[in-house]
Amino acid sequence: MKLKYFAWVRERIGKAEETIEPPATVRTVEELIAWLSGRSEAYAYAFEKPKVIRAAIDHAHVRPDAAIAGAREIAFFPPMTGG
Amino acid sequence: MSGPVTIRIQEDDFDVAREIAGLTKGRTDIGAVVTFSGICRGDEDSARISALTLEHYPDMAEEEIKRHVDEATSRWPLSGVTIIHRVGRFMPGQNIVLVLTASQHRQAAFEAAEFLMDYLKTNAPFWKKEESATGAGWVEAQARDDEAAARWTRS
Repeated sequence: MKLKYFAWVRERIGKAEETIEPPATVRTVEELIAWLSGRSEAYAYAFEKPKVIRAAIDHAHVRPDAAIAGAREIAFFPPMTGG
Repeated sequence: MSGPVTIRIQEDDFDVAREIAGLTKGRTDIGAVVTFSGICRGDEDSARISALTLEHYPDMAEEEIKRHVDEATSRWPLSGVTIIHRVGRFMPGQNIVLVLTASQHRQAAFEAAEFLMDYLKTNAPFWKKEESATGAGWVEAQARDDEAAARWTRS
């Protein structure tokens, strides 16, 4: 699946997108955040406050307990500040 | 809804008068157009801002705004909606966002414009970064914006 990062999540991780295949034990958005956080200090820093992080699966907002099975694109970003 | 929906995300500026004319041209069923323009402020909490950069998630931003417009048109009798959100780097005084809502009567147009802006602020994937004398930093989401959006939630 493709992962995309925006705003300070992108800056902390150091890239805008990547393709990953998490292990089958990672089933939800919050489990994916926990798994990513274990990859390096940069990810741990980006996801240090997981409750603040917003996620979208295939361009629609999802909650942390949303299943990631079948997702083509998952995005992580801070609360939105447009308008 | 019996009317055009225009959603654009662009770097270029917009002309408010031309957008209104585009929405109402050749129509005699529209009695009210409400315009909201969002403009880059020159200060935030008494700190001077030198520039503002707007980042967005391109595909999702358009889909999310479309969902908001669909929700607005299901709740109010609208004759047309135009939403333009700019991205890029802005100086104080420059336009950032435009929301136009048209209806036969003013109340629907006023309410729908407010609803659309409240939802844009909290749900559309855009992020602002401010530049000031002390450096650059991401704008934090405001609880008052969440509260403004929450008042439209139907129980």
